[in-house]
Amino acid sequence: MTRYQKEIVIKNVFFVFSLISILILGMIVVFLFREGMPIFREVSLRDFLFGMEWYPTYSPPSYGIWPLIVGSLIVTALSSLLAVPLGVLSAVYISEIAPTAIKEVLKTIIELLAGLPSVVLGFFGMVIAAPWLQETFDLPTGLNIVNASVILAVMAVPTISSISEDALYAVPGEFKEASYALGATKFETIARIIVPAALSGISTAVILGMARAIGETMVVLMVAGGAAAIPESIFDSVRPMPASIAAEMGEAPFRSGHYHALFATGIVLFLMTLAFNLIADYISQKFKETGSATL
Amino acid sequence: MTRQTGTGAMKWRCLKQQVFFGVVRLSALILAAALGGLIFYIVINGFRVLSWDFLTLAPTDSMTKGGIMPAILGTLYLTLGAIGVALPLGVAAAVYLTEYAQQGKIVRAIRVGVNCLAGVPSVVFGLFGLGFFVVFLKFGSSILAGALTLGILILPTIIGAAEEALKGVPQTFREASLALGVSKWLTIWKIVLPNALPGILTGSILGIGRAAGETAPIMFTAAAFFTARLPGSIFDEVMALPYHVYVLATAGTHIEETRPIQYGTVLVLVALVLGIDLIAIIIRGYMRRKKRW
Repeated sequence: MTRYQKEIVIKNVFFVFSLISILILGMIVVFLFREGMPIFREVSLRDFLFGMEWYPTYSPPSYGIWPLIVGSLIVTALSSLLAVPLGVLSAVYISEIAPTAIKEVLKTIIELLAGLPSVVLGFFGMVIAAPWLQETFDLPTGLNIVNASVILAVMAVPTISSISEDALYAVPGEFKEASYALGATKFETIARIIVPAALSGISTAVILGMARAIGETMVVLMVAGGAAAIPESIFDSVRPMPASIAAEMGEAPFRSGHYHALFATGIVLFLMTLAFNLIADYISQKFKETGSATL
Repeated sequence: MTRQTGTGAMKWRCLKQQVFFGVVRLSALILAAALGGLIFYIVINGFRVLSWDFLTLAPTDSMTKGGIMPAILGTLYLTLGAIGVALPLGVAAAVYLTEYAQQGKIVRAIRVGVNCLAGVPSVVFGLFGLGFFVVFLKFGSSILAGALTLGILILPTIIGAAEEALKGVPQTFREASLALGVSKWLTIWKIVLPNALPGILTGSILGIGRAAGETAPIMFTAAAFFTARLPGSIFDEVMALPYHVYVLATAGTHIEETRPIQYGTVLVLVALVLGIDLIAIIIRGYMRRKKRW
């Protein structure tokens, strides 16, 4: 084998390795569908997605995951109400205002927040936040939408903050200088020049943060309360999709309807986060800053 | 008159700026307080339980007494297995993406693939691990299945870190080597990879931290509530720190009774994970300052 042939072989070996992520994504799809599709012999797709009743262990069982989908959407929406302002504003502070020393400390803090195991946050929500909420608002239970949303926000903030900060950092310095030269204050420059210029990156950050929140398992499993019903107030319990999967998979008999239904719920969850990620990717590609001249 | 409105407007603009800066500082402060408060609370409550026996003994009296040694050991096995899987695969993928790939549709597709894999919810990895490793490959609930599941979970982290490290090696290093007639592969092996090694290591350490703290992926693939003996092979179930916290806090009849053990386990888990992260962050900062190019 000549040296040239050897190089070609090596290059192709690495190429195969680089395909592994796509390969795994494909296998995730294959195996989720393999274990999840049989449920649709028992229930139609429409009844599965929009059915109001999730009683997988009754006989006859009913497999409607609409309450679980609503649970997921509500905690995600409510947590982003908190996480988006916190994440974006802290990113603005880090990238535009903070002195270097504070900047480094804050970046470390955000990285550590991102590293906190979710089970620890869930534990915190159970032991501290829940009793406090229950007493303060005189509720039947502190394990509810509000509690789960606040804890989820803590998990989503680091994602939003660090990606937003990258986007803000990437705004060309000339933009700022031009704005200052026109007599704008720092606040005006940030609000009207820098943030708009970084908006695509910030949107990506927000979408990825929400994807993180909707897929997060341990927090909603431990803190959301677990009631599979459409909530009437933000102090009601819910059972988001990941919580349902994690809580019930252990008890579902192997390859029973319940088992297949949980995998099918996993498919729904997977497709939702996949959509979030593809949208984020699309935005960041489409509005990619290729240089100051393009704006 | 116009002049007065002028200064008035200026004052107003400055006031707006002050208010904005205040809000922005507050948001940063909230994040710092959240982390600080959490760690303080965990340390205060967990410290009392911590002892040599707690770290080195197995649970006794149906989990209400004794230590957490099997869980520490299990987490160690799972994370080492995970990094053993993810590191070679991730570095190889990153080498192709940075050193060989031409910008094009395939590379674009690979990048989207990596990003999407990074966004897959951890419980979906758990389902995949159950469907593929546990059921299809018949590994059963075992260290092997759990480590492989965690390995693919941290794969995108490793790929990202390795890519960044490889990109950080100056182009002139490669050119100098190639100009001496060294083949592309040898240039990568002898020049590029050694220089990227610290960065790759930092990324791997962060990956280890992530794997050590995950619960959902190992729930159906590896973790056991209690094992009477330590695992003897990679096909045995194990106890793991995050799962131990979850089970003690939510299931069983002794939730209040085992509260101190829960705090202790949380403290050990947080110290482990944040300790690992902090080491990586410090190494990274040190490298950046020391960099010769």
